[in-house]
Amino acid sequence: MQARTRARLLNRHAVRLLSLCLLLWGSGQAAWAASAAVELDKAPLDSFDFASKQRGAQLYVNYCIGCHSLKYMRYTRVAEDLGIPAAVAQSNLAFGQELFAPMLSAMTAEQGAAWFNQALPPDLSLSARSRSPDWLYTYLRSFYRDPGRPSGWNNAIFANVAMPHTLQRLQGIQVLDEDGLRLASPGTMNPAEYDVAIADLVNFLVYVAEPVRLTRHRIGYGVIIFVLLLGVITYMMYRDYWRDITSPQG
Amino acid sequence: MSKVSMKGLADWVEYRLPYRDFVRNHLTQYWAPKNFNFWYYFGSLALIVLVIQIVSGILLTMNYKPDAAKAFDSIEYIMRDVNFGWLIRYVHSTGASMFFVVIYLHMLRAMLYGSYRNPRELLWIIGMIIYVLLMAEAFMGYLLPWGQTSYWGAQVIVNLFATLPVIGEDVSVFIRGDYAISDVTLNRFFALHVVALPLLLLGLVFLHLAALHTHGSNNPDGVEIKLNKDESGKPKDGIAFHPYYTIKDSFGAVVFLAFFTPIVFFAPELNGYFLEFANFVPADALKTPEHIAPLWYFTPFYSILRAVPPFFNTQVWGVLAMGASIGVFFLLPWLDRSPVKSIRYKGVYTKIAMVLFGISFIVLGVLGTLPPTDLRQILAQVFSVVYFAFFLLMPWYSKAEKCKPVPERVS
Repeated sequence: MQARTRARLLNRHAVRLLSLCLLLWGSGQAAWAASAAVELDKAPLDSFDFASKQRGAQLYVNYCIGCHSLKYMRYTRVAEDLGIPAAVAQSNLAFGQELFAPMLSAMTAEQGAAWFNQALPPDLSLSARSRSPDWLYTYLRSFYRDPGRPSGWNNAIFANVAMPHTLQRLQGIQVLDEDGLRLASPGTMNPAEYDVAIADLVNFLVYVAEPVRLTRHRIGYGVIIFVLLLGVITYMMYRDYWRDITSPQG
Repeated sequence: MSKVSMKGLADWVEYRLPYRDFVRNHLTQYWAPKNFNFWYYFGSLALIVLVIQIVSGILLTMNYKPDAAKAFDSIEYIMRDVNFGWLIRYVHSTGASMFFVVIYLHMLRAMLYGSYRNPRELLWIIGMIIYVLLMAEAFMGYLLPWGQTSYWGAQVIVNLFATLPVIGEDVSVFIRGDYAISDVTLNRFFALHVVALPLLLLGLVFLHLAALHTHGSNNPDGVEIKLNKDESGKPKDGIAFHPYYTIKDSFGAVVFLAFFTPIVFFAPELNGYFLEFANFVPADALKTPEHIAPLWYFTPFYSILRAVPPFFNTQVWGVLAMGASIGVFFLLPWLDRSPVKSIRYKGVYTKIAMVLFGISFIVLGVLGTLPPTDLRQILAQVFSVVYFAFFLLMPWYSKAEKCKPVPERVS
């Protein structure tokens, strides 16, 4: 009996040691992440704000798809998932194209090479997963005028980026001086409106990076509840079967 | 009438394929110690994860294309257009990492209770071969998504072989089938990952179980239950594996699922530890990523590799040290000279050594995920020494320490 309590104690120590180690690991990681690279702004995203994602899709087809494909995404899927009626998607997202088609840019590799000195601007289907939503949100708000660059633009978190500031008409022109980024001439949106527009765009890109995400969460709740119930049942069964081992007389 | 013929059929089969014998010998009259604790769940869990990986892997193979031009696209196709493809893929990727969680705890159990000691040395050796093959299986599987970390990770690991003197270059070309990681490499890694290694693994798991059932399981007290039998020949401290441990392990399996499913459904990347962020960028032979780190289950050994500085113009010492850090596990049954098996009755030296080893394994693991700095380099060197000291000093400290008396029967 005494040995058993001691064994339990030993186990408890082992479990504690394990959790302490996990904790140390976690905090070490956090410290590293904080020290690395530039400070990113937190993207104010709401996965359940479908209107925001719809506005993001609209911005994407108006300003981005000219150069950046979303080759893993079909217009039909966007329309279905974001609650956009097929007719509206046809006229406002796919324009003249087949609705089932993937969201491809019209730019060819030759044009890319001639205009930006790189075959094709990257496909952005997975950008929200390979970078991060916060990175995209900060990046799209950090362009500034730089006459030294071929495009006339540079970016505060992506030095010497090849991409020009395509949203300049909306944001206006920023310059970089000692205090950081400063709006030199306003665009059609004020800074608050522009931040919301970029959050919409990032919200859309987060959706595009993994269209199934919300479904995954919804199914996940059900699965976890099922597993917990199954846990209760198997535990009771285990205790019942083991009664003749743990208390042979009872 | 039908009852009679059913029994007749069963007897007919039994005479030709003695399944009743098998069930008796390995389940209903296979006596397992009654004092298994928390640590004894991980053997059956490893078997469950193996099945999960095989089933999800077969389903993935139905839609995956082992072709450098199509592999990355086919994964996204699975994620988006295949019904529940995302679930299959996340189960497989989470399963890979969880396999190592389970295996590491399973190995730790064997180390805590001396399960590798006489007469179970071969059981331990077979287990270690399974572990090494599992690392190869995981490494080759990680190339298949053909993302940036897949590609550059494979490049780094295969290049380790190139550091071997004289034959190194040829060996690395032989493994890749090319001068760099390419479509040829992808195809052969696919073949090895889905056919060759799983076959070997299944064969070895069978041998592992066969060896286990020869002398039966060890237990937290490290007492041989077969030394104490009743008149009928049943060990007094043994209970039937079925139903007692099949039921108990079912409960363990559900608890495992309670950890597994939240990751699959809510955090499949696990913050970059189970799926690395850079692997969502297609492989590009012209763009080396800034920081290449292997997945978490390799990082302790990767740290040891980086901790050893080059001598005589060659990096081979680090590679040898890394090989030794895995190889030394094979020697455990002969390094441990303690008169007792279980940590419960071992002395204070072993307990201190175990804790230091655990800490160094985890610290080396964390360091392996981080880019090196001067301080981290020194830390990695210190903990590499501690890591090896645990094994190499074991013949002395395990013999010199004062152990507690071992009881006759399990407690």
